[in-house]
Amino acid sequence: MSAKSVTTATFQADVLSSGKPVLVDFWAEWCGPCRMVSPILDEISSEHGEKLTIVKVNVDEEPALAQQYGITSIPALQVFQGGEVVKSIVGAKPKPQLMADLSEFIN
Amino acid sequence: MREVIIIGSGPAGYTAGIYTARAGLNPLLIASSVEAGGELMKTTEVENYPGFPTGLQGPELMDAFRAQAERFGTEVLLDDVIEVDLTGAIKIVKTGGGQTFEAKTVILATGAAYRELGLPKEKELSGHGVSWCATCDGFFFREKTIAVIGGGDSAMEEANFLTRFASKVYLIHRRDTFKASKIMQERALANPKIEVVWNTEVAELLGEGKLSGIITRNTVDGSTKQLDLDGLFIAVGNDPRVWLVENQVELTAEKFIKVEGRSSKTSLPGVFACGDVIDPTYRQAITAAGSGCVAALDAEHYLADVK
Repeated sequence: MSAKSVTTATFQADVLSSGKPVLVDFWAEWCGPCRMVSPILDEISSEHGEKLTIVKVNVDEEPALAQQYGITSIPALQVFQGGEVVKSIVGAKPKPQLMADLSEFIN
Repeated sequence: MREVIIIGSGPAGYTAGIYTARAGLNPLLIASSVEAGGELMKTTEVENYPGFPTGLQGPELMDAFRAQAERFGTEVLLDDVIEVDLTGAIKIVKTGGGQTFEAKTVILATGAAYRELGLPKEKELSGHGVSWCATCDGFFFREKTIAVIGGGDSAMEEANFLTRFASKVYLIHRRDTFKASKIMQERALANPKIEVVWNTEVAELLGEGKLSGIITRNTVDGSTKQLDLDGLFIAVGNDPRVWLVENQVELTAEKFIKVEGRSSKTSLPGVFACGDVIDPTYRQAITAAGSGCVAALDAEHYLADVK
């Protein structure tokens, strides 16, 4: 399952109002490490999609969202729960480390 | 059992892949899960790689290296090596994904990892104003004031690249001359958005949750100053990545993997090393590629002898 793209227009419905925790992957085409993390997130989404929703924000297309959430480095992964950022992960990490960082949401 | 396992996927690793694959050794190249392609994945324009007179992008060059290695049968695995046992005749390599491989030879091409300044708050502010990747993060500093720390080619390249976004780039260096190549220095010195701050090091990082500035220290007279910044890009060099093997193969005094003469032979039979992990001096894509070729040929000769 490939992660859905969200925009400023859909952020409220898809992320802030979600009943489930939502991991937002802030990424860009020109970011090499982002391209490496993306298939790992797709795998985590396939394996744990019922507990954690994974979506993407393209920072080139949605600079306002990136700015609003203080993104200065990508890939940046932020987990939202009840409309708030509850976890922030910066930089590309291998799958076992990401799984460990996200353990409270996927176990 | 494999004939050859290559650990690393920069110019050295992929070149070792091309040569061992063409020698019919069916190599497995373990490329890393999120850092495949190595350092060049973080650079933009590569102008000094021979054969490309108009230059090309670092990631584009690495895609070409990989395609050429795969064309001859190199198997590329996007996983991380977490443990090795290289001491016996059969080498054992374990990955983060949970696989264990055995091979008669191992080629270490693990490269170098960026160096940190070693200051308090560096980790906490990493990704919140402190960065090691201008190509990844420059975008977020449009019309902002930032600084680049370092005096080598990568510091020059980052400073120049960042002027596309930032309104002002301080280039801070602890000495009064750069060790970067002349062409890179000239570009940085001629760039109107770059202000060079000589004889200066970073004494302290400022900011809570987000970088707000730094305290600089003059390396000649010791005087300190506060500099307000939105971003700080660190390019103070790299350290050879040897943690996997440091208790098994002999290292040099500077902690590079020690190789015999002009060869790639390490202190262990059947274990070869190439690229930045053995090179304290040159560290270019082209020298790493050449070194990867040496390791492939050494592994091939070793395998012919043990048969």
